[in-house]
Amino acid sequence: MDDTIFALASGAGRAGVAVVRASGPLAGPALVALCGALPPPRKAVLRALKGPDGSLIDRALALWFPGPDSFTGEDVTEFHIHGGPAVLQALSDALLAEGLRPAEPGEFSRRAFAHGRMDLTEAEGLADLIDAETAAQREQALAQMSGALGSLYGQWREALIDTLAAIEGEIDFPDEDDVPEGLSERAGPPLQALCAGMRAHLADNHRGERVRDGFTIAVIGAPNAGKSSFINYMAQRDAAIVSDIPGTTRDIVEVRLIRAGFVVYMADTAGLREASDTIEAEGVRRALARAESADMRCLMIDVSRETLTDAHLAMLRPGDAVLFNKSDLAGAPGPVPDAVAAFAVSVTHATGLDAFNTWLDHQLSARLGGAEAAPLSRARHRELVQRALASLEEALGMLSSRPELAGAEVNRAIRALGELTGAVDIEDVLDRVFSQFCIGK
Amino acid sequence: MSANLLAAAEAAHRQWDVIVIGGGHAGCEAASAAARLGASTLLLTHKAATLGEMSCNPAIGGLGKGHLVREVDALDGLMGRIADASGIQFRMLNASKGPAVRGPRTQSDRKLYREAMQAALAGQTNLSIVEAAAEDLIVEAGRCAGVVDGEGRVYRAGAVVLTTGTFLKGVIHRGDERIPAGRIGDAPSVGLSDRLYGLGLSMGRLKTGTPARLDGSTIDWAGLDMQPADDVPVPFSFLTGRITVPQIACGITRTTVQTHKIIEENLGSSAVYGGKIAGRGPRYCPSIEDKVVRFADRTSHQIFLEPEGLDDDTVYPNGISTSLPDHIQDAFLQTIPGLERVRVRRYGYAIEYDYVDPRELDATLGVKRLPGLWLAGQINGTTGYEEAAAQGLMAGFNAALACAGSDPFVLDRSQAYIGVMIDDLITRGVTEPYRMFTSRAEYRLSLRADNADQRLTPFAIALGAASVSRETFFTARSEALSSARSLLERLSLTPTEATRAGLAINQDGKRRSAMELAAHPQVGWSAISEIWPEIAALDTPIAAQMQNEAVYHGYLDRQEADVLAFRRDEGVRIPADFDYRAVGGLSHEVREKLERARPATLGQAGRVEGVTPGALTALLAHVKRLDRRRAV
Repeated sequence: MDDTIFALASGAGRAGVAVVRASGPLAGPALVALCGALPPPRKAVLRALKGPDGSLIDRALALWFPGPDSFTGEDVTEFHIHGGPAVLQALSDALLAEGLRPAEPGEFSRRAFAHGRMDLTEAEGLADLIDAETAAQREQALAQMSGALGSLYGQWREALIDTLAAIEGEIDFPDEDDVPEGLSERAGPPLQALCAGMRAHLADNHRGERVRDGFTIAVIGAPNAGKSSFINYMAQRDAAIVSDIPGTTRDIVEVRLIRAGFVVYMADTAGLREASDTIEAEGVRRALARAESADMRCLMIDVSRETLTDAHLAMLRPGDAVLFNKSDLAGAPGPVPDAVAAFAVSVTHATGLDAFNTWLDHQLSARLGGAEAAPLSRARHRELVQRALASLEEALGMLSSRPELAGAEVNRAIRALGELTGAVDIEDVLDRVFSQFCIGK
Repeated sequence: MSANLLAAAEAAHRQWDVIVIGGGHAGCEAASAAARLGASTLLLTHKAATLGEMSCNPAIGGLGKGHLVREVDALDGLMGRIADASGIQFRMLNASKGPAVRGPRTQSDRKLYREAMQAALAGQTNLSIVEAAAEDLIVEAGRCAGVVDGEGRVYRAGAVVLTTGTFLKGVIHRGDERIPAGRIGDAPSVGLSDRLYGLGLSMGRLKTGTPARLDGSTIDWAGLDMQPADDVPVPFSFLTGRITVPQIACGITRTTVQTHKIIEENLGSSAVYGGKIAGRGPRYCPSIEDKVVRFADRTSHQIFLEPEGLDDDTVYPNGISTSLPDHIQDAFLQTIPGLERVRVRRYGYAIEYDYVDPRELDATLGVKRLPGLWLAGQINGTTGYEEAAAQGLMAGFNAALACAGSDPFVLDRSQAYIGVMIDDLITRGVTEPYRMFTSRAEYRLSLRADNADQRLTPFAIALGAASVSRETFFTARSEALSSARSLLERLSLTPTEATRAGLAINQDGKRRSAMELAAHPQVGWSAISEIWPEIAALDTPIAAQMQNEAVYHGYLDRQEADVLAFRRDEGVRIPADFDYRAVGGLSHEVREKLERARPATLGQAGRVEGVTPGALTALLAHVKRLDRRRAV
């Protein structure tokens, strides 16, 4: 990483101000070449930026962040220029002439990661923060970027080292007076605590992932129950084709909503019936699959034509909703199971939908808002934690009977978590053994 | 004395294939290994009578170390057989634990060990021994081409293996005394050191210590606990049928509060604590001063009183190495139960020495900057006879192979503890004297002491390094093992049949093989031996090995998957002249570490200390890009 990179750090296009950032050993010399002596660290100064031929590029703010206490850990320079394309072009040319090169996407973060300025979960948090569109996404990304997830995983790492130290200490130092009999059993309590922590971390109803990736709702029901009209109402636009012909919606139509600060994907699905052709049959199959995998199901019932059946109820889970549509045309809605909400609505006349909206926002806040500082935010994290947990549970059962197998399982867990926590080195484990016990007969 | 002892003047007239400098544990194995491969081999030692000397603790084996000895033996090396011929207190450590973590160990009679080693070397064809002090290396056209001795005699060779232990700036410390090690003309001279320093190799400084040697006749054994040998000693060598050396017991005593008080009061006069030593000592073998200071809450430390031989009443008090002055050593020893009237034969001391950073070596233990030169043993920053022997063996093989223009012989981490050790050394270097532990071996469940022959003897046979008797024995044993294995897979029971036979088995309709039943926690070996007489009839060693395999049945398949992943990373080669600066995304620190270690594969790069998964990904991407470009 001897080369120096630069890039436009603010958004593209005309703007009042554009920020150009450079990182690497030439960041300082480039600043000097363009606008004279280095300013004091981390202080904005107004300077005239001049090109290689001495012509004025712009009057701009220049900032100097010497490494290693900078974003990337390298020397960093920032130019806050006037945000026009010609100014940007002239500055880029000048930086190229100074031997800098344009950064590849993500290269600043990658350098920060490589210099240990952030761990992997913090880097992921940063990426999420840049992509954040809702308040909940911003808060979650900010917490992760500030190391909340990293510090939880750091505690796990410590517990893993403790566990292995006890197991390996018993195995490798059997003839040592200071190493107690049954040392590996001492790994039990920290290992139990670790497993409990992982289980709690996993038992979050995928909250973090839902905040990051969106909460999914499947709208299901018989053909022509009004699902597409409902979707269009929710999206405030015509996302789905609406007609009086049953079976118009053949595939899944999805709309993206922001509600109560959360991203929600609401999917219109093909009507559930005996399909008349293979295309529709495939649509029905997909509808059922989506209903199964969604975080919430909204069942539309056209009360003028049907009632709630056992087949309907089988698809619903606690926290789902039934919308009795066309209530203006017929009588009162039938009873629904506990923990399933029911609304009498008319999508066409937009009645009863406020109650549904209020209920939905409340549900989202209750399910996705939460106090935990560091929720799992990626499926990748979940998979790794699940794998590790399975190994540690295996290990727990073998601590005293087969410590070498318990050790093998803990090592598997360490490999699974390695990407989240940083690898555990056998030297770390031996360090702990040697500091706890007087080895050396 | 050796039949193949040669006059220096005669040896100097000849062109040798391999010259080994140093006759310690690394040197003896190296010389024997090179000669077994058919290389004309010369062992240069200052004193042939001290070949095979156990200079420190008279014991062989232990956890991890015992594995190394079995592996050396499986490659037809010497150490296992010599230990069997001299062992006077065989014990299987962790006998109650699983087979992967059992460690064979014995104390040895020093004289018997030395004699057996000298006899083995004397009987080795292609091997000559010369008493001479190596003074310098011959370097021609950037290659090591031989050795010059103290008399100026020139010995030419295709390859040189240096196994000179702690001679590099070695200094013995005891209280205020400083004794340059090898001052009495014991060790190779300053010239050789200068030559090594002149190569510009990266060096480090380490220390280690040894306890006083006691006169056993002045120890009051009556009141002491005794630790006996195992009832049935298990030999190291696959070729040893039975241990015939008489077995003895060790005494056990402990330091007292008075001992600790004396040591604390005199810390200032300890060479180590007086601040006169810079080198780093091993954490697993601290001096008694260290123990008292670092574990101040402990009021007592155990000491094993280990007799040094059957007809030698010198006692090695294991656990109290020290660099305190003589009179303080006397004073604290006398506070220890049983040692109240003890007489010291030789006082303990600390020794400080330089070692060559093993990251200067390639996977054959060859010096990267000086082709033709191999290093093995303590000079590479390791400690222990076993670690030295295993390196000597590999360096000896590779020196001989290089002379013959053959491919090198390298073992990887999934094949042997030897591979783990050498990879650790050349990839990570050392910060304290390196000792083997089983926890260093990722594939511990399959790298067992009991299957070392199955893992490694085929290599020895393929290299031509195995004796006829080794090969014959191995072939017979392998056949017996594989027929036992197929027997155990063939014999099987349905759950109904199992219940009828009195076994507590799930009625899940699944037919289970005898191997699965042996692995089953509710069944086990003795139950299946009762059901099937042909299993009961298996030879004891074969049955024992089958039981070991049954313990890890199921786990070994998983480990196999891990090994495949490991091999995949080992298969990604990094060119020796790879430009790490060209890789985007490497920090300075990581780049420097990689440049120093120059890993040969992506897997090895991942084991370099401080290399993050992110750095590894960047490296992989770059290597792949390079490969594609080369392929075009």
